[in-house]
Amino acid sequence: MGWDLRQALRHYRNPRLARKILEKIREIAKDLEVVKIMHVCGTHEWTITHWGIRALLPENVVVRAGPGCPVCITPASDIDSAIKLALDGVNVLTYGDMSRAKGSRMVSLEDCRAQGGRVGVVYSFMDAVKLARSNPSQEYVFLGAGFETTAPIVAYAVLKGLPENLKIISSHRYVPPAVGLLAESEDLAIDAFINPGHASTISGMKAYKPYFDRVRKPMVFAGFEPLDILLAIYMILKQIKDRNPKMENEYRRAVTWDGNLDAQKNLREVFDFDDGYWRGVAIVPDSAMNFKEKFSKVDARKIYGLASGKGDHFPSNARCAEVIKGLIDPPECPLYMKSCTPATPIGPTMVGVEGTCRIWAQHKVVGIKCRSGVCEIGSQPPRAKRMFEG
Amino acid sequence: MRLCYAVPGKVVEVGGEIGVVDFGNGVRREVVLAMVDAKPGDYVLVHAGYAIKVLDEEEAKKTLELYSQILGLAEVR
Ligand code: SF4
Repeated sequence: MGWDLRQALRHYRNPRLARKILEKIREIAKDLEVVKIMHVCGTHEWTITHWGIRALLPENVVVRAGPGCPVCITPASDIDSAIKLALDGVNVLTYGDMSRAKGSRMVSLEDCRAQGGRVGVVYSFMDAVKLARSNPSQEYVFLGAGFETTAPIVAYAVLKGLPENLKIISSHRYVPPAVGLLAESEDLAIDAFINPGHASTISGMKAYKPYFDRVRKPMVFAGFEPLDILLAIYMILKQIKDRNPKMENEYRRAVTWDGNLDAQKNLREVFDFDDGYWRGVAIVPDSAMNFKEKFSKVDARKIYGLASGKGDHFPSNARCAEVIKGLIDPPECPLYMKSCTPATPIGPTMVGVEGTCRIWAQHKVVGIKCRSGVCEIGSQPPRAKRMFEG
Repeated sequence: MRLCYAVPGKVVEVGGEIGVVDFGNGVRREVVLAMVDAKPGDYVLVHAGYAIKVLDEEEAKKTLELYSQILGLAEVR
C-alpha cells in the first residue's frame, strides 16, 4: 500500500527500461530465423503503431495484426438486417463505430439514418435498456457486436430481464477458437501469438489451453502499454530460443488463469457457442454467441426472421479481407488513403478505431516498409524516437 | 469506444450492483459492478458500462520488478 496504481503504470512507459528490453530483444533475435508474431487485438495494434514499435524491432522480428477489431469482423448481412429494420420503423441502437460500418450494399446504419432510418448510438447496452424502458410504446433492436469483453453486459441484462420492447441481434464472437484457427493456418504461418489483454480477463488463459496444446506455439497475454508489448515480444523470443513454447502471462495485473467466472457464467447461461462467420476471415467453430432457445423472446433473429450472419461483401479492389487476416499491410491496398480515408471509409477496417487501416491512417503511416516491399516510401512516426531512442 | 479495450478507473461509490467510477479529469460514470468484487478505492477496468476486472496493484508492480531483475536493471522506481 501507500503507492498508487497510476504511479506504477507510469513505469510501463519508462524509456530506460524500454531501451533495455529492446537491447535484449535484439540480442536474442540474432540467433533466430524470421519470427512472425500475430496479435489479435485492435488496441494492441494501436499501442504498437502509436509508439512506433515495429520500426524499433530487429528485421527478423515481424509483428502482424490479426482480426482483433469487432466492427471489422461483424458479418455484412447483420448490418444489412439492422438497416432493413431501421428503414421499417424499428429503432435500431448500436455502438458508435458499428453504426458507420457498411453492409453488403455499401450502406451503413448511419447512411440509412439520412434516408429516414431510425438509428441511435449508445455507449453501453445498459443505455439501450434505459431508452427502451422510458419509451415503452417504441420498438427497439440492439445490434450487439463485440467479443467476450463486450458480451457479458448483454448477458447480464438479459438475465435481469429486458423491457418487452427491446430485442437483440447477437453478433458477438468468442476469440479463443479464432486464435486456434489462425495458429493452424498454413497461409499465415505464424510462429507465436500476443493474446488479447482484456478479452482474456473474461475468458481466462485457460480458454486458450486446448488450442495451445494443439499447435504448441508461444502465446503471451499482454497489456496495452508500450512496455507490455515489448516484454511480451521478449518473452516470446525467449521461449523460441529455449525451444520451450508455453502460455505465459505478461499482463498479470489483469489476466488470470481462470478469468472472470461471473461473466463466464452469464455468457454460458444466455448463449450457445455455435460456428460463426467472421467477416473477411472464415467460419470459426464455436465462436458465435447465439441466444439459447429459452431466450427466444429477446432474440431479434427469431422474432424478425433474420438470417445468421455471413458474407464478406467488400468492394472490388478493396483488400480488407487480407488486412483483417493479417496477410497484407494497409498501404498495400490500392484504395488506402486515396478513396478510403478515415473521413470516407470504404471498408470496415478504416471505420473502427480498432481497425488496422484506421489506426495506420490516423498515425499517418503512409510509408512504411511493408512485407511485399512496395510501400517503402516514408518513415515511422517521430513519436517512437522521442519515447525510446531519445 | 473501443470494443476490445477497457479503461481503468477508481471506484468511488458502491451501491449494490451499481457503482460510480472516477476516470480522472472530472469524468465520473455509473458502472455495473455485478461481475467483480470491488470496493471503494479499488481500480477497476471498465468496458461498455461495466467493470470487467479489479486491477491487481501488487501484480502491476511485481511484473516490472521481476523484469528489471531479469534485465539486470536496478530498482525500477
Ligand atoms: S484501405 Fe479501405 S478498402 Fe483498403 S483494406 Fe483498408 S478499409 Fe479496406
